[in-house]
Amino acid sequence: MKLIKKYLGIVWMALGPLAIYFLVSTAASEIRAKPVLDTKIQWGVFVIIFIPIAFGIMLFGYYALNGEYEGEINDQP
Amino acid sequence: MNQKTETSGIWRIIGASSAGTLIEWYDFYIFGSLATVIANQFFPKTNPTAALLSTLATFAAGFIVRPFGALVFGRLGDLVGRKNTFLLTLVLMGGSTFAIGLVPGYDRIGFLAPILVLLLRLVQGLALGGEYGGAATYVAEHAPPERRGYYTAWIQTTATLGLFVSLGVILLTRHSLDSNLTESIRKFNDWGWRIPFLISIVLVIVSIYIRMKMDESPLFAKLKSEGTLSVNPIKESFGHKLNLKMVLLALFGATMGQGVVWYTGQFYAQSFLENVCKIDFDQSRTILIWAILLATPFFVVFGGWSDKVGRKWIMMAGMFLAVIAYRPIYGKILQLSDTTQTQSAIVSSVDLPMKTTAFGTNGDSLRISSSRKALANGFSYTLQQVDTIRLHSVNNHLAATKIVVDKNPDKETYLMLVFLIFLQILLVTMVYGPIAAFLVELFPTKIRYTSMSLPYHIGNGIFGGLTPFIATLLTTIYTADKLVGLWYPIIVAAVCLVIGLLYVSNKIDPDVND
Repeated sequence: MKLIKKYLGIVWMALGPLAIYFLVSTAASEIRAKPVLDTKIQWGVFVIIFIPIAFGIMLFGYYALNGEYEGEINDQP
Repeated sequence: MNQKTETSGIWRIIGASSAGTLIEWYDFYIFGSLATVIANQFFPKTNPTAALLSTLATFAAGFIVRPFGALVFGRLGDLVGRKNTFLLTLVLMGGSTFAIGLVPGYDRIGFLAPILVLLLRLVQGLALGGEYGGAATYVAEHAPPERRGYYTAWIQTTATLGLFVSLGVILLTRHSLDSNLTESIRKFNDWGWRIPFLISIVLVIVSIYIRMKMDESPLFAKLKSEGTLSVNPIKESFGHKLNLKMVLLALFGATMGQGVVWYTGQFYAQSFLENVCKIDFDQSRTILIWAILLATPFFVVFGGWSDKVGRKWIMMAGMFLAVIAYRPIYGKILQLSDTTQTQSAIVSSVDLPMKTTAFGTNGDSLRISSSRKALANGFSYTLQQVDTIRLHSVNNHLAATKIVVDKNPDKETYLMLVFLIFLQILLVTMVYGPIAAFLVELFPTKIRYTSMSLPYHIGNGIFGGLTPFIATLLTTIYTADKLVGLWYPIIVAAVCLVIGLLYVSNKIDPDVND
């Protein structure tokens, strides 16, 4: 279990850039398709607020990979 | 006797905290529920700058500023105390809501109207960001360790009850301004929408009075008397690796999934009923009201149960059920509201007055002819035929489109819809009931307000708050699948479920006095 938790850290780290790429490319194509102010604001806001969160999951993945979350599992109340 | 006094004390604390939090949620929801009506008063779509302010007011304040409120008021709560901080958030929230009800329309004061409304919305969002952490922390720090989940679950009911009260007040006002319903709705859209905003001040004054009489949290008071309060709660919360990794775990392993489940059950469900299924305005709201009423006690059931079995498994079970059940549930809702699926015969058809709306400047117009159909089983709906009439074109009559709107389901369908929304809110109670106790137990007292508020509001405000918007957006991009919007909450909840299952501990911290 410790190994799964540790190596899944790579997946969480990869999720960050993947999410940013998906977000930015979708935003660009949506703005191109409908270049009105509302679309620009909405997608601009999405990109600005989700990029720090994407960095957050990368950091979470980094901590997981370094075994920082080992010992967190305790199934007994 | 002593225990009895202690018990009555905790109920007084829960009552005071819950009343204030409920009113804050009520204040926050009425703007969202009346967004279309308000937009006509303050944000004329013909003016691009006003439209921009409209987008920011309805879109930004709803979720973006909540994490900032969490930081500002969380810090304040850890520095000067829980009681004074959430007293301040209540005053700010109540005051700004009341003020929205007083702002003159765009036709009277021009651009000042949308600017004022946007500013008041930002204050509302900030105040809401600071409220929840304070109330949850305050109750948890008073609660006995073995009943922390049960007592904090009462705070968890307030968001749902706030939505319930806001829906009820809006429906009641909309129906009571005139004996003729059409005239009553017209008056409501004209000026009556201000009533739900204005009456909130009475509730806020009562809450302020109750909260003023409360004492400071005993754990915070102890830290203060010992002189061990945090000097810089934000730095300690996010600058120290030990705490930062807990903040990240709380966000990605619990609140992110909880937020999307919550907003799907309570907001996307209503939007889906109204916009996709075309259920009548009143009925789509009463369906939600019944479902909320029936499901709300389960917040306390699951919160109390989490004191026995731990917080983790109940929250994870809620997310798992959401991941596997959303598409079947929404598929069934779609099927039940589809008039082509019903085998019942049309027993009556009444033609309604024809409406012609001009568009453009060359004399083109839209002609809408409607007829109200009633089926043998009691289901009724309006069939609209929309014709485009072009004045100066050879092909002057484009093919008519037929749409079904204002559906009033028969009794059996109505009850089934209530049940399906109830199931979704039941999932909300599973993920949301134990989360206050979970978050409180994750962080130390001196930085608790700050540390727990941020992941909570990013999970709820950003991941959750965006659910109706992203889901609707997906349906406009991938038009073939009416359920495509559900992939957003399903994927977010699934990622959160995996992280939560693997990394979150089920251990209940017996002592939050640290």
